[in-house]
Amino acid sequence: MSATTIPGPRKDPAAAARLGARRRRADLLLRGFGFAATLLGLVFLVSILATLFWLGLGALNLTVFTKVTAPPGSEGGLLNAIVGSLVQVGIGTAVGTPIGMLVGTYLAEYARGSALGNAVRFVSDILLSAPSILIGLFVYQIMVVPFGGFSGWAGSVALAIIVIPIVVRTTEDMLSLVPNTLREAVIGLGAPKWKMVTLVCWRAAMSGIITGILLALARVAGETAPLLFTSLGNNGWNIDLARPYPSLPLAIYAYAGSPYEDWIALAWTGALIITLGVLGLNILARSVFRQK
Amino acid sequence: MEQRPEHTVRSYSEELRRLREMIARMGGLAERQVADATNALVRRDADLATEVVGRDAEIDALEQDIESFCIRLLALRQPVGQDLRLVIAALKISHGIERIGDYARNAAKRAIVVAQQPALGSLNGFLRMALLVQQNLKGAIDALVHHDAARADEVWAADQPVDEVYNGIFREMLTFMMEDPRNITAATHLLFIAKNLERIGDHATNIAETVHYAVRGENLAGERPKADVSASAVVRPQS
Amino acid sequence: MSGTALPSEASAIAPQGFGGMQARSSEALNATPRIAMRNLDFYYGDNRALKAIDLDLPERQVTGMIGPSGCGKSTLLRVLNRMYSLYPGQRATGEVMMDGRNIIAPDIDLNELRARVGMVFQKPTPFPMTIHENIAFGVRLHERLSKPDMEERVEWALTRAAIWGEVKDRLHSSALGLSGGQQQRLCIARSIAVRPEVILFDEPTSALDPISTLKIEELIDELKRDFTIAIVTHNMQQAARCADQVAFFYLGELIEVAPAAQLFTAPRHLKTQEYITGRFG
Repeated sequence: MSATTIPGPRKDPAAAARLGARRRRADLLLRGFGFAATLLGLVFLVSILATLFWLGLGALNLTVFTKVTAPPGSEGGLLNAIVGSLVQVGIGTAVGTPIGMLVGTYLAEYARGSALGNAVRFVSDILLSAPSILIGLFVYQIMVVPFGGFSGWAGSVALAIIVIPIVVRTTEDMLSLVPNTLREAVIGLGAPKWKMVTLVCWRAAMSGIITGILLALARVAGETAPLLFTSLGNNGWNIDLARPYPSLPLAIYAYAGSPYEDWIALAWTGALIITLGVLGLNILARSVFRQK
Repeated sequence: MEQRPEHTVRSYSEELRRLREMIARMGGLAERQVADATNALVRRDADLATEVVGRDAEIDALEQDIESFCIRLLALRQPVGQDLRLVIAALKISHGIERIGDYARNAAKRAIVVAQQPALGSLNGFLRMALLVQQNLKGAIDALVHHDAARADEVWAADQPVDEVYNGIFREMLTFMMEDPRNITAATHLLFIAKNLERIGDHATNIAETVHYAVRGENLAGERPKADVSASAVVRPQS
Repeated sequence: MSGTALPSEASAIAPQGFGGMQARSSEALNATPRIAMRNLDFYYGDNRALKAIDLDLPERQVTGMIGPSGCGKSTLLRVLNRMYSLYPGQRATGEVMMDGRNIIAPDIDLNELRARVGMVFQKPTPFPMTIHENIAFGVRLHERLSKPDMEERVEWALTRAAIWGEVKDRLHSSALGLSGGQQQRLCIARSIAVRPEVILFDEPTSALDPISTLKIEELIDELKRDFTIAIVTHNMQQAARCADQVAFFYLGELIEVAPAAQLFTAPRHLKTQEYITGRFG
């Protein structure tokens, strides 16, 4: 092997020094911009959180969790809104998750490369990025109008529709991460395909799928727009899903726009509760995924 | 000569080539030893004979070199197929050539003694025998170096004339000894020299056999043609 | 690459020449074939990946398959347990006879076939469950065993795979915590737990360190007392160490099949010789 000399600045120390200086300048410039942009983002984020804590913590006490909303001036809490949110988010996730998982499984295990599969994936992806108010309007049209009124059911369905594409995507993604040889190993033992999917593939993808579900939960917990046209909100105590239903985001929406100081404070507290809840879910999702 | 596909690892091809070269060099040395020993005998040249005796160490050293080189190849390259056969053949052949060298040295030693004895007729038979075994040795080594099984087969089948010359010398020496007991010393040494040359011929055919295996991957079938009848030249062995 | 025969070698090479030679399992091995392939062709779509393969897997012997990448050796393994049937567009024609039945026929019960012809893959494929469940998983697919019987079977399989001693105290912890070599032996245990007749090894040690590799090879040698084994390997020394007969594939053709000792000392075919001595390229 004859050693070939690579032509370049190596031979000319002055040129090499010039080139090095230029590279260092470019590097410095890019680094500076990146740092400034990050700083700007952090300033906004921190100020949002600071405001939230500053204003939200003031009204945070036990009565927030034990009392339902009261007229302005009297002592009231957010109990009805918190329970309402939990119920609707719970139902929405419970309905949306199995559907989403099955669709995702279909896409990853049965329809890879097929035309129908591609169409389903496309539609699901559109749904994933659709503005949530659109989904609210849609449910308004198919449930609120025909059944003659806003209801907790309609709100739950709207949330379920948001959950589905998120779970579809994570399920499919996580299943495609399962190595093909693992599938062949199951098949190679003489297992039918449905056992391969349910007993091995799902289990191998489980932590990822759970992460997806938790993120979907976090997403719908803070949704306001789809509930606006479906469950409407309720200032009183109500657990009848057939009637207008309370929820935290709607309570925030209503109270924050009111002229009463104590209601506005309660809105901030509600916002703090949602934020902390979503933060908790995100942390949980990360730790579940990391366990893998 | 034929095109041989190169190894993907070029240094390996290089090593195998070097092994062939070492064998060729060793074979060349042995040929020269055989030639010089015989010339020393025929010309009654004790100096040349002494030189031959001294040069045998070179052959022994080459055998050592080849052996350790083969062991190295076996350990580091794990040769298979034709390469494995070449390495094994090299080991066996170098041993054979070493034996040939020993016979040549022995013949040279005896040539020194014979030179001090009265001359016994013409020694043309020895020249002829030496020429034949040299040709066979050269043929066998060439066959290995050029990967030529047909050449090896020729050598393998060409030992018969050597045996025939040997039988002639055997009878001739017996006659000298019966004619005059004072010839016994020289004739006995000459007999041993003839035997040495004959053994060298046998080793050359063995080498040819090994070369055939190295090239073809199968052993030569059948009995080798032989014509050494000296065992029964005087007295037929009772069966 | 020169396709010409060496002049001195011309007669040593099959008279049909490269490509036309119909290599057969050597009768010298003297064993009845467990699986007999005749005129086997395989297609990925329109691409013919195996061409008229005639090969026997002798009962309770190890058949090694060697050849450069893409020569069809792995494809052949995937025919033997019909793995290719998972993928549309892949098909095989010809005969692969096992117990008098053509296993590439469409009416074969694939799950039953795969219970009889097990497979171990290149990378260890432990299932995401406990060690015990990994073994029991395959058994449960085909048999209904009582709890003590299942315990016994699990121990038997792990013992045969030479891993029992290492895992007997952690049967109920995750199989993913084992080392690569242990995982591979677990996969072998999982295969033999189903009690197949034939085990296919697809480069089983290419992801393992040398010591684990030797353990697997020793295990293969041990397993051939009870199972018929086919092993695809890129490592010729491995084929030489493990296999009773070795088959050399090139461009979808079976070029030569011979007892390992013969193939690695005196191959009959020029292409084989070039491959095993490293003169390819």
